[in-house]
Amino acid sequence: MTSAQTTFDQIAALIVPYNTKGVTVIPESTFASDLEWDSLTVMDFVADMEDHFDIIIPLNMLPDLETVGQVAAAVDKLLGD
Amino acid sequence: MADLFDKFEALTSTREAMPFEEANPVGIVMDEVISPTEAMIDGRRTILAGTNNYLGLTLDPRCIAAAHEALDAAGTGTTGSRVLNGTYAGHKQLEDALANLYGTDQCIVFSTGFLANLAVIGALAGKDDYILLDADSHASIYDGCGMSGATIVRFKHNDAADLDKRLTRLGVEGSRVLIVVEGLYSMLGDRAPLDDLVAVKKKHGAYLLVDEAHSLGVFGETGRGVGQDMGLDDDIDFIVGTFSKSVGTIGGYCVSNHPKFDILRLAARPYMFTASLPPSVVASATKAIEILGSEPEHRERLWRNAKQLHEGLRRAGFTLGADCSPVVAVKVDSPDILVRFWEKLVLNGVYVNLAMPPATPQGLCLLRCSLSAAHTPEQVDTIIETFEKVARMNSVGMPALEPVD
Repeated sequence: MTSAQTTFDQIAALIVPYNTKGVTVIPESTFASDLEWDSLTVMDFVADMEDHFDIIIPLNMLPDLETVGQVAAAVDKLLGD
Repeated sequence: MADLFDKFEALTSTREAMPFEEANPVGIVMDEVISPTEAMIDGRRTILAGTNNYLGLTLDPRCIAAAHEALDAAGTGTTGSRVLNGTYAGHKQLEDALANLYGTDQCIVFSTGFLANLAVIGALAGKDDYILLDADSHASIYDGCGMSGATIVRFKHNDAADLDKRLTRLGVEGSRVLIVVEGLYSMLGDRAPLDDLVAVKKKHGAYLLVDEAHSLGVFGETGRGVGQDMGLDDDIDFIVGTFSKSVGTIGGYCVSNHPKFDILRLAARPYMFTASLPPSVVASATKAIEILGSEPEHRERLWRNAKQLHEGLRRAGFTLGADCSPVVAVKVDSPDILVRFWEKLVLNGVYVNLAMPPATPQGLCLLRCSLSAAHTPEQVDTIIETFEKVARMNSVGMPALEPVD
């Protein structure tokens, strides 16, 4: 298992409490269309990820992160830095 | 065919799904202003309990006289930016009055409170800097952050430990960090734990900016805000505020003791590229600041009214947003109840603010009241009675209240 998958799995687990529509989460799942999250949910989820991975995800990064896979890649990059 | 407005489809359908029948929250028109606390709305004499007119100074004869005099003397507007032809003697007097109120070396006045945040935050922090902002910050703070180009990190609302954790995790030099919070948060009426936040700011050597928009004139011995109330003014690097609440007109300001503060006049675009405040506004603001600093009786009346409303609604069994302050937010369970409740209040002669996500924290549905020193105790009683009456209406769908002692 590559580290990207590991990160993805951890993120998928963090998504569960907010996945009120029971969407099957794949790397291509989008937060806005597939998960139908509003901005407040996104913010709570980002805070959870920051605490889980012990990283800072600046607000500036969020507009470029549309899918779960993109978030996993960004988290990996932050963990690598 | 595609249309520029396509992106608003979700917003349009949200708005159309609102079950408003007889009143529209964004279409309220005050046909006639009777007093700071009453207006005619759609033919109904209405008590205003959602105007942020905390000290009731909008119709103070002294503020009006000062505005009249300036209008007659200097005309209707300056037709220019502060850095070109838009600085009159009055602007300097207003800046002096604010510096005097806060006991600071410097003050810059802006054309609105929104612009003050855009200007100060947007210019202070640059691309190599960091802004740590409270998650529940006002839109103008978020937009100022966006303009700055800095790295933006949110911390949990009013949580100094979370701020500390994030600053530690970030691991950058404190002198590159601007922490931004508000004194009193406008939606729930809760105030910042400035003592804890100041301790974290000092630990990391960061700068602290406090927006006292809803606390100027409301808190502190001479009305400076929550900072003064908690004895922490000297630990705050930048205080921002507005004239559109307690001061009763429009405009914004920032005060500071930083020796290089004045350079913002040449760096902050929302200061440089908009017309300055008109003379009449400057004059009434200057008078109002003098009044709020020297006449604590308005503040005392405001707090009496706040306590009366907070206590009355609490006893009636309503769930309130925070401890007593001049912002009293009543929580309801759903957008449907909120919309119907708000509409019935308006139809029964009480105007409050309808507040719902995403403008509210935690996705809350709020009937937001703000008190004024100009409310009479009888008006406050009427507000409470009307809330109780509407809560009992079957059509509103509010669960039965359980009065408490």
